[in-house]
Amino acid sequence: MSQMPKWADLVLIPLISLIVAALLSALVILGIGEDPVAAVKMMVTGALGSTYAWGYTLYYATNFIFTGLAVAVAFHARLFNIGGEGQATLGGLGVALVCLALPWPHWALALPVAALGAALFGAAWAAIPAWLQARRGSHIVITTIMFNFIAASLLNYLLVNVLRPTGSMDPSTARFADGTHLPTLHDLLAPLGIAFSKAVPANISFLLALAACVAVWMLIWRSRLGYEIRALGHSEPAAIYAGIRPVRTVMWAMLISGALAGLMAVNTVMGEAERLVLNSVEGAGFIGIAVALMGRNHPAGVFLAAILFGFLYQGGAELALWTDIPRELIVVIQALVILFTGALDNMVRMPLERLFLSLRKGRA
Amino acid sequence: MDFPTLLQVLDSTVRLATPLLLACLAGLFSERSGIYDIGLEGKMLAAAFCSAATAAVTGSVWLGLLAGIGGSMALAGLHGLSAITFRGNQLISGVAINFLAAGLTVVLAQDWFHQGGRTPSLLGGARFEAIALPFAETLRPVPVLGPVYAELISGHTLLVYVAALLVPASWWVLYRTRFGLRLRAVGENPEAVDTAGVSVQATRYAAVAICGLLCGLAGAYLATALQAGFSRDMTAGRGYIALAALIFAKWRPWQALGATLLFGLLQAVALRYQNIELGGVGLPVQVMDALPYILTVVILAGFVGRAIPPRAGGEPYVKER
Repeated sequence: MSQMPKWADLVLIPLISLIVAALLSALVILGIGEDPVAAVKMMVTGALGSTYAWGYTLYYATNFIFTGLAVAVAFHARLFNIGGEGQATLGGLGVALVCLALPWPHWALALPVAALGAALFGAAWAAIPAWLQARRGSHIVITTIMFNFIAASLLNYLLVNVLRPTGSMDPSTARFADGTHLPTLHDLLAPLGIAFSKAVPANISFLLALAACVAVWMLIWRSRLGYEIRALGHSEPAAIYAGIRPVRTVMWAMLISGALAGLMAVNTVMGEAERLVLNSVEGAGFIGIAVALMGRNHPAGVFLAAILFGFLYQGGAELALWTDIPRELIVVIQALVILFTGALDNMVRMPLERLFLSLRKGRA
Repeated sequence: MDFPTLLQVLDSTVRLATPLLLACLAGLFSERSGIYDIGLEGKMLAAAFCSAATAAVTGSVWLGLLAGIGGSMALAGLHGLSAITFRGNQLISGVAINFLAAGLTVVLAQDWFHQGGRTPSLLGGARFEAIALPFAETLRPVPVLGPVYAELISGHTLLVYVAALLVPASWWVLYRTRFGLRLRAVGENPEAVDTAGVSVQATRYAAVAICGLLCGLAGAYLATALQAGFSRDMTAGRGYIALAALIFAKWRPWQALGATLLFGLLQAVALRYQNIELGGVGLPVQVMDALPYILTVVILAGFVGRAIPPRAGGEPYVKER
């Protein structure tokens, strides 16, 4: 099968896909009568040009690292977890319940418990589709889509009827106490003598996301469970023959995936909004699909792709603010990335394989 | 609930079930041929935008309908390209199509009409008008049946009747024609069809094209009949409800009619009542919203009659060399 060197598979194909997606996006920008070069310049200044810009880029990237890792872990077991949106919604509920339950004295105490709440709620929301896939053979893609909608309805009900403070018209929980306030990158970098903008939402969750990248790498390539997940993903009959229990492995892969998606809520609900609102996930669960595809399901790739999408997200917000280009342009770019790195992968791969094959023949 | 209220709820059920039915039949053709399609939502949205934009500019609902079908079929072609020709992952392709439609429609609507991602409201000939069936008013005084005929059966737009007729038509095409047999066969056992000398790829492309056509009707109905114009994300998950209905119907046309009517009824009730009292227990509106999805999960779980998808679904066909 190795008609191509490994570097081509890991770097060249995603890069070409990205370039094709970028060119098509430039065409869209041209099509609506704007200047793509000026747009890119504005996005770069708006997303990378100052610590303020970086603060937003990294804040969005933190979300996408978590949801990207969630999709990637499931992909290794050849499961397509499209339910990151719902799992992150439930993760937000977990964070909110933890933050509202106790008068937390200090964030260092609240953070681990809130993260545990987020992970548990996210995993619980993935557990039912996982069990149905493993035991009853119900297709995980369909069940996780359905669970996204059920999660939205559930949260809507809880915020409107149960968690809303009396007298408030807004469907959201009460504000969390000050003890749960997470340190921002400004707070973290000030002791090191680095001046970072005060007004940005990027917070300590970014470090949590980095830790999650390392943890996922350890899990997938350095642990027994990770080996079992990968083996099952490559070939179920072979994995069963090797004594791997498929039900157990599918369950673990999906529980970990759901927990990672849920952890995203620490960043958004606890780190930024400091209360639980409707639709706090804002599509980050779906961007995780693009991030995982782009990052070739490797934590390092996911990290880079998440930064890229953080850049696109913040840059797109700047574009929407200063030009006539609406924010939805980012959704188009996201769609093109998913299309070329995921669905039309073979379109890029087939000619490249032929090229490498003819190069090799020429040498021999 | 008195009789006129019941009629009103049922009437709104028919109107809300129509886009679901069209999209569900669209998915039926595609999935029966072995091509999973979670891009129904995106195709409907694209069709809604294309039809509303064209109808707004030209003032003709018919040109709008054509444009809607065209937009939807373009995306269907893209799905065919990635799923059939390049043997890509059909689910990922569907996700990409949904996002492409969600983004592109708003970007273009904003650029063309500058109304915050909407199209201008459609008036007069740019919309489908309600059709009064013959004798609807004359028969109205007849007790029970008269109002049912006048309110429930008569007075819908053309596409509602088209959708209703498409149910037997789909059944006939799928179960009584050579093309239908081949279409179902490529979804179950493409090797056998290939051995018989029939092109698997061509059959699947035909199925995906029909899917695009029907999604085009569904989207055009949303923008030019149910509502008057396109607005951001106006499909509001209907493509996924249609997908749920398809599973609920176990990939069969008549059952698709039943499932979409049921889900349409849930939408109509949720629209009319905020809370429902059932045997002394208040049922919040969110339960009605979530019910189609919950029912589908229950069906998928196989506790109430197992739903078995076409056997070759989701698998790209690789011809033996």
